[in-house]
Amino acid sequence: MDAILLQILNGLDKGSAYALIALGLTLIFGTLGVVNFAHGAIFMIGAFCAVTLSRLLSLSHPSAEPTGTDFLGNPKFDDVLYVNEWFGETAGAFIIDWSVPLAILFAIPIMVAVGFIMERGLIKHFYKRPHADQILVTFGLAIVLQEVIKYFYGANPIPTPAPEVFRGSFDFGVLLGFEANAIIYPYWRMVYFAFALVLITAVFGFLQFTTFGMVVRAGMADRETVGLLGINIDKRFTIMFAIAACVAGLAGVMYTPINSPNYHMGMDFLVLSFVVVVVGGMGSLPGAVLAGFLLGILESFASMPVMTSLIPGINQIIIYLVAIVVLLTRPRGLMGRRGVMEE
Amino acid sequence: MTKSNFTRRGLMKTGAGAGAGLALPTIFTGAVWADAHSGFTNAPQGDSVTLGFNVPQSGPYADEGMDELRAFELAVEHLNGGGDGGMMQTFSSKTLEGNGIMGKKVNFVTGDTQTKSDAARASAKSMIEKDGAIMISGGSSSGVAVAVQSLCQEAGVIFMAGLTHSNDTTGKDKKANGFRHFFNAYMSAAALAPVLSKLYGDDRNAYHLTADYTWGWTQQASIQAATEALGWKTVNNVLTPLASTDFSSYIAPVLNSGADVLVLNHYGGNMVNSLTNAVQFGLREKQVNGKNFEIVVPLYSELMAKGAGQNIKGIVGSQNWDWKLGDEGTAAFVKSFGTKYGFPPSQAAHTCYAQTLLYADAVNRAGSFNPCAVGEALAGFEFDGLGNGPTLYRADDHQCFKDVLVVKGAENPEDEFHLVEIVEVTPVDQVTYAPDHEMFAGGELGACNPGA
Repeated sequence: MDAILLQILNGLDKGSAYALIALGLTLIFGTLGVVNFAHGAIFMIGAFCAVTLSRLLSLSHPSAEPTGTDFLGNPKFDDVLYVNEWFGETAGAFIIDWSVPLAILFAIPIMVAVGFIMERGLIKHFYKRPHADQILVTFGLAIVLQEVIKYFYGANPIPTPAPEVFRGSFDFGVLLGFEANAIIYPYWRMVYFAFALVLITAVFGFLQFTTFGMVVRAGMADRETVGLLGINIDKRFTIMFAIAACVAGLAGVMYTPINSPNYHMGMDFLVLSFVVVVVGGMGSLPGAVLAGFLLGILESFASMPVMTSLIPGINQIIIYLVAIVVLLTRPRGLMGRRGVMEE
Repeated sequence: MTKSNFTRRGLMKTGAGAGAGLALPTIFTGAVWADAHSGFTNAPQGDSVTLGFNVPQSGPYADEGMDELRAFELAVEHLNGGGDGGMMQTFSSKTLEGNGIMGKKVNFVTGDTQTKSDAARASAKSMIEKDGAIMISGGSSSGVAVAVQSLCQEAGVIFMAGLTHSNDTTGKDKKANGFRHFFNAYMSAAALAPVLSKLYGDDRNAYHLTADYTWGWTQQASIQAATEALGWKTVNNVLTPLASTDFSSYIAPVLNSGADVLVLNHYGGNMVNSLTNAVQFGLREKQVNGKNFEIVVPLYSELMAKGAGQNIKGIVGSQNWDWKLGDEGTAAFVKSFGTKYGFPPSQAAHTCYAQTLLYADAVNRAGSFNPCAVGEALAGFEFDGLGNGPTLYRADDHQCFKDVLVVKGAENPEDEFHLVEIVEVTPVDQVTYAPDHEMFAGGELGACNPGA
């Protein structure tokens, strides 16, 4: 029982990342009809916003006097952090410690700008082209973006720790009456899950309870009719693209303490996120979220030693097996809409 | 590019003497080799010779590959008489005088392995066939090393392996044309076991997470055998896909398993992520069976330590070499490398630099670039002054035998170059094994192939 609870918890944070990326993918597909294979790269750019802010906050100048010798025996100067000079050592240390949460504020304008530039600069030229063309161009864009990141940040993972206060883990086992160490769960993963819920709720709330959201939803249902009413739906869809990029980017920012970011992390999530979108139902936002969490949890269960010893390799194929079963029994996915990609 | 190009090029270069060169390579002595400047693949013509450096320039080990490339460039510079000579000054063999190899200026070409066996073979093939490379070196993966070594055997050029740690490279997949300076999984385990016993005792239950490919399997088998010989029990060994990024599903069951040690048979990004996840789940703060829970990473690298950040503190592992060693060779190499690039070299850089000098020296001693002559010169060669103390290139399997370092993550590193500290230098005798050891069984060196 404790092992099952543990894997459910594990699946939630993995599912949170899938759900957030798939949510953005679905928003873009539902509004613009574009299959965006660069969405994983957007997640990666978000993560590197956190890395960038962490580095900016760690900018320093050499100390006036040498403090020893370096590895070659030359005089060595300590790094004096600007942030410490400006705000004092205690405040400076606090700001650096909280660089990942602070990166949310840093990443929002950057991700909106990335989304806007990507949509206006490239993707809008492919709206009326076949999906195969869209996949090719966005996949190419993803590769370009990851190579750019690799050029500037290298290929190695870059440690980006959570604030000190969130670095431990919580013993759920004791809380639920199990023995100690039975169900351990890191604090930051709980934060990530809560963050994902807030973000998902915010996106749904925005679409459901604002006039802008209502127009977008109308446009998703019948783009031509909304256009005939004199509403510039293209402009709104561009904004939705930027919002989708922002959602994926923030998912990336908050993911950095879970796994050290590297230039390839977007690709690692991309294929799985597309499976999530297909299983959830193309164009269905609730479907994307539901499938994200569902597949995250199933993937966790499949990685349990008892499962891998029973069916070797099940951890690597479970998501695709589920996708096959869902598509065989519900061809439009769990919550797919009639008519989407069926023309 | 097709294989037939080998034959055409070879025939053009070797002429009528090719038959004799192919038939009698292994009975030549160094003196005889000195007259045999043809009859083998890419025999150098003119006053220069080309070496091929096949390193990951893209993909997950690109940073390691770049450091290897820096070392190769430095070695070529030193061979051609540039710079301060680096470890050429401390190398026990004195044939290298800064006038190239056998008086020929050294040029080099590079290829990108992408850390993929097929891509690595393709780039090595291109360097051999199109660029005329007479020796291939480099790589940061055992899968790649085994694949390229096999290609070099077929093509008739020498392969001086870079960073490859699987037992198989000089075990079941060893080849007469292939040589490894880097240590292997068995040596890591043999060096680590006594230190683990000293630090954590002999009554431990180990849980292994293992990368699911050749290196992971041999690393796991080696460390399991070595720790079980101490009295440790192996609770479980879970194979993890190489492409895994989040190891939480594999880490979570560890605490319920009764294990009090987690052995991460992972390298590179796998290791960074699995260790990060293990620390996140609080494993290092837990007590199991009345003992502190411990994590062991059998194969370390400085670049991995950098990626793992604070999580590496106190974690024990092994290395082939470290820039903080105090010997003359190390000091000379660190000075050369550090002056040129501004930071200390990694162990990947060190092994690639050493391999280039060893190859050049072997050619000089053999008096020929013929791979069979070079192989003869390297096999059984004893040397010193290249940073690892007295070293033997064993003839039976073309594996270097030298001291092994046991290291651990520094608790309070003074800067980014001091993330790893040396715990112990394990003497070579303790890590030496018989050529027919069961972990290395199943393959034959075979005869050297001069190609052409």
